[in-house]
Order: sequence, then C-alpha cells, then structure tokens
Amino acid sequence: MNRINKKLEENKKLFSIYFTAGYPNLDDTVPLIQNLEKAGVDMLEIGLPFSDPLADGPTIQASSTKALKNGMTSETLFEQLKDIRKSVSIPLIIMGYFNPMLQYGVEKFCAKCAEVGVDGLIIPDLPVDVYNDKYKTIFEKYGLINVFLITPQTSEKRIRFIDSISKGFIYMVSSSSVTGSQSGFGEEQIAYFNRIKEMNLKSPQIIGFGISDNLSFTQATDHAKGAIIGSAFIKYITNFGVKSVDKFVSKILKG
Amino acid sequence: MKYNIDDNGYYGEFGGAYIPEMLYPNVEELRQNYLKVMAEPEFQEEFKQLLQDYVGRPSPLYFAKRLSEKYNTKIYLKREDLNHTGAHKINNTIGQILMAKRLGKNRIIAETGAGQHGVATATVCALMGLECIVYMGEIDIARQAPNVARMKMLGATVIPALSGSRTLKDATNEAIRDWINNPVDTHYIIGSVVGPHPYPDMVARFQSVVSEEIQWQLKEKEGKTNPDYVIACVGGGSNAAGAYYHFLEDENVKLIAVEAAGLGIDTGESAATSVLGKEGIIHGSKTLLMQTQDGQITEPYSISAGLDYPGVGPMHAHLYKSGRAEFISITDDEAMKAGLELSELEGIIPAIESSHALAVFEKKKFEKEDILVLSLSGRGDKDLDTYIKYFEL
Ligand SMILES: Cc1ncc(COP(=O)(O)O)c(C=O)c1O
Repeated sequence: MNRINKKLEENKKLFSIYFTAGYPNLDDTVPLIQNLEKAGVDMLEIGLPFSDPLADGPTIQASSTKALKNGMTSETLFEQLKDIRKSVSIPLIIMGYFNPMLQYGVEKFCAKCAEVGVDGLIIPDLPVDVYNDKYKTIFEKYGLINVFLITPQTSEKRIRFIDSISKGFIYMVSSSSVTGSQSGFGEEQIAYFNRIKEMNLKSPQIIGFGISDNLSFTQATDHAKGAIIGSAFIKYITNFGVKSVDKFVSKILKG
Repeated sequence: MKYNIDDNGYYGEFGGAYIPEMLYPNVEELRQNYLKVMAEPEFQEEFKQLLQDYVGRPSPLYFAKRLSEKYNTKIYLKREDLNHTGAHKINNTIGQILMAKRLGKNRIIAETGAGQHGVATATVCALMGLECIVYMGEIDIARQAPNVARMKMLGATVIPALSGSRTLKDATNEAIRDWINNPVDTHYIIGSVVGPHPYPDMVARFQSVVSEEIQWQLKEKEGKTNPDYVIACVGGGSNAAGAYYHFLEDENVKLIAVEAAGLGIDTGESAATSVLGKEGIIHGSKTLLMQTQDGQITEPYSISAGLDYPGVGPMHAHLYKSGRAEFISITDDEAMKAGLELSELEGIIPAIESSHALAVFEKKKFEKEDILVLSLSGRGDKDLDTYIKYFEL
C-alpha cells in the first residue's frame, strides 16, 4: 500500500509541510526532511523549483528563484533523495510544474520517483483530463498517487469527477488565490469547507493555501483530514534557518 | 482544416490548456462561450462598426513601388501601422473587450512588453468605461516610458512585475496570478495568440480581419484574392496569425514567419524560438519555447520589445513543425537597417518588430512576378528612442 494511503487511514488530523527543494541552500533538502519528520510532521511536499510558478505568490516564487540559482534540477533532487528511505518513513510528495517533468521525460520521472521512494505528485498545471487521458497509466505503473486540486470556484460536478479519479487525497485550495495570500479564514471559507464536507467524498481532503498559524491550522483541520503549510514555513526558514524547524512545528500544533 | 485549430483546442500536437485548477472556471467559461458570442449578429455588427469608425479599418493595402523596384518583385504592405494606437494589437482588444462585456466582466487585466498591447487595452477600457490593470515588467517600464504615460492618461493602472526577469514573460505570469486571485469579475485580455485554449484561437479570429481584407483588396488590385507569399514578424504570433488566417489551407500561398535573432542565433542573446526552442509548456500552452535542458524557461533577447518572448503561439509551432511556414531569423542590425530603408524609400517609419519582417528582402530572393504581402504590424513612433540611439540621429 502506498504510504499516502496508509497515512490517510491513521485516526488523526494530518500536518503537512511544503518547502522548496534546494532552499535556502542546495544541500538543505535532506536535513530538512529528516528534521521535519522528527518534529512530528505527517507528510511532506517537496517543491521542485520552476522558473515561472504561475500558481505561487511572492514567497514561493522567491524561494524557487533562489533554489534554481543554487543549482537545483530534477536530476539533483533525485540524487539528493536517493537514500532518503534509509532514514525517513513519512509520505513524500513532489510538487512541481509540468514542464520540467516533460523535459525529463514523464515516464523516466515517474520511474525515478518510485526508485527513490517518492509516493505521489502534485502538478498544478497538468489538467485532470490530460492526466486521465495520457499519463494515468504511467503513474499507476509506478505506484504513484497524483493529487488534484479543487477551489471554491470548482463546480460540484467537477469535484465529483476529481473525487472519482483521485487515489489519495484531494488538495483543497482554501480560497481563490495563489499561494501565500491569505491569513486566517473568514465566514466565506468556512462555508466552503462545510459545503465540501457535506458532499461526503470518498477521498479525504487536505486544506492548503493561507494556513500560517495555530488558529488557521485548527480551523482547517476542524473541517478536513489535514492541512498543508507552505509560504509561512518558507518565511520561517528564511528568517531562522533549517535547524530549529521543530519550534515552527510545535507552534503550529500547540499555539 | 489541416493547419487551423481542431475541436480539442490543438494545432497538430500543440495548444491545449495546461492551467492550474484555480484558472479552470475562468478559462472554461470563455471556452464554452467564445464561439457562440462571436457568432451573434449583434456582436459582429458592433465589432465591425468599431473596427471601421474607431480603429479606421480597412487598413490600406499599399503597393510599395520603390521597395518593389529595389528588390525586383511586387511588394504590398498591409498597413496595420495606420490603425488607431499604431499597431494591429487593437483589432484583438476591441474584440476581447466586447467579449468581456458579453460575459458580464467589469475588470480588465492585461500584460504588456513594449506597451503596445497595454495601450491598446487601456484604450478600449477607456472606450467602454471599464477598470483596467496592466502588468508590465519593471525593466520594460523603465525603457518604454512614453507608453507607460499613455496608459496612465487613458486611466489604466500600471503594475510593475517584479518577479523573475521583470520583462514580458513575468508580466504575463503576474496577469495570470491576478486572474487566479480574481476569478469572478475579471477578464484577462491576452495580447497575442498565446496562452491556454481558447485564447490562441480567439485572438487569431479577431486578427483574421487582416487576411480577410487582404483578399478583397488584392482582388481589386491584382484580380486574384491570394498572393504568392505572406510575410510577418512573430513575437507571440498575432499579427502573423491575422495575416495568414484565410490563406492557411491554400498551400499555394507561401507563409514566411520572421523571428528575432537578437545579436545572433549563437550568441545567447536571441529570441529565435523556432531555432533555439524545444517543445514544452509556457503560459498554459503546449508549444515551442526557449528553455534549459532541465525545463526552466530562459530569457530571450531582442532589440524589439514586442518580439522579446521565449515562446511562440501553438499555431506557429504547428506551422513550423509541419513545414507549412518558412521561418527566417533576423538580427537586430538587419532589422534596423531594413527599418531605415523603408523610411527612406517609402516615407514610412515602421515599428522595429515590423522591420524584422522587412529585412527578409535582403535574405531571400523572390521572382519578379511574385506577389508578396507583408504585414506592416506597427508604426515606429514608439521606437524613436531606439532608432535615435542606434543611428545616432
Ligand atoms: C508593432 C508590433 N508588431 C508585432 C508585435 C509582435 O506580436 P505578435 O507576434 O503577436 O504580432 C508587437 C508586439 O508588441 C508589436 O507591437
């Protein structure tokens, strides 16, 4: 069974963190993963940096630019991750834009993911229908879970379709925005969380975008299986480095 | 329909809509409505009326006698430079602003490089009384000050794109991010035949008025609708798409696409996408783009801001790959020389983008009887500073 599915079966709310691979320094990737697992994080999204991250706000853009300057590439990331399963057991997901994967070769990319022990992918600009028609069989051949996004604007019909082809969780984007542009949730978002909850989807939902502190984390996990923090974490390591990430994690969990 | 778009939004293997889910509702709304709206007689009537009375169409098809004599062939210039705001860009913004109104949008966003599309968008927003926000790279804002001032006079808000290389590609990213953040009330007026389906097709259709006019104008002058060659510069590809449109399926009409070689193909300072690019995804479209081996989009360079884009539209990727169009690249120097030549021979100062197309006559030999139509996509007013510096005028 895929590590993501196993994790989703655990009877607890999940805390997931996104970070950009190769940021702040090229070799921070592996120590960060290890430290975050030790700190009690349930799942990680490793951002493969892209020159033109359309769905990301300024924080993740800046970290991507820096990571690319540091020399991060698909090849380098796989090299860094080659022994990761000797020390880390939480689910690992690569989040990246489609063009670098296309250039690497989609099948070769999937094979590499499987080889190093990556469990799933999030590719914001690979549309659900293109995935379904062209790439699904490749992902499944390598046991990878592809995670799809929904937003407050996604129609009920489309949510049902996305649910039907999801093999892991649904990434519920908290508001109509790029990453990092929210702080805390208002009535409108809570109503949206409730609306999705009442749809009784087969796939659990994990909420991301705009979660930055204990309050927003608690609001999100009250309404979903888990929550993902990205920009707030990037800001934290920008200011405090990668050593004390346990402090960040406990502040989110305990307030 | 071998060269035009298919029912799935692809030109051959190029096109599609590779967009984040956050954009899906906006793009899908447009996809479901654009053909229906464009087919409405009232829409067509309003579009045509504005093109005539406001833009000044039809633009003349001018026989360039002295230029023809020099190159010993028959050259017609399609005078898009005479349009209101000085380029072909306004054909598209008129169409899209009417589309936006039909879709009930009250906030307009756009990207711009040189500022031509930004000005054309700000113009139609003023005309319709809609809010207008234009994203422009910080570097382009500095080098295109007059167009920034024009946009401001027209009531637009110009927001500097501070990410990445701070030029056109980044302005496009910022416009797309804005659209993600404002999914309900906003329409994004893309300035070329780029972006996710249905944009390339919609923009090409709005620009197709150019080849439609060429057909009847040429009939009047030459007794036949179709020329032997159509020549156009390609940034994203909208003036070329408009000039080619009605000739796409007639293979007797040879198509020439002119790209900016910048300082030279091998210098690392170039924007010749067909030579330097590879298949991939940029701004939601599968097409040819300049990128690193690792799939990171690279920085193009051209003296002409309008050609300074690391991709081409999917129609052009298909025309290139299928061999339907011949692609020629022209350096900064060759273009500047051709711009000066047109000024001296015909009394027309062209936009530097269009000068690239004009430079083809030095590169390629045509027959005396050949009938050539060249898309003179814009006038050179905006480029005066660059001409002055280059020629030390
Ligand atoms: C006068 C002129 N010609 C050509 C272009 C290139 O765009 P496209 O290839 O979409 O026609 C521009 C873009 O700004 C322009 O201003």
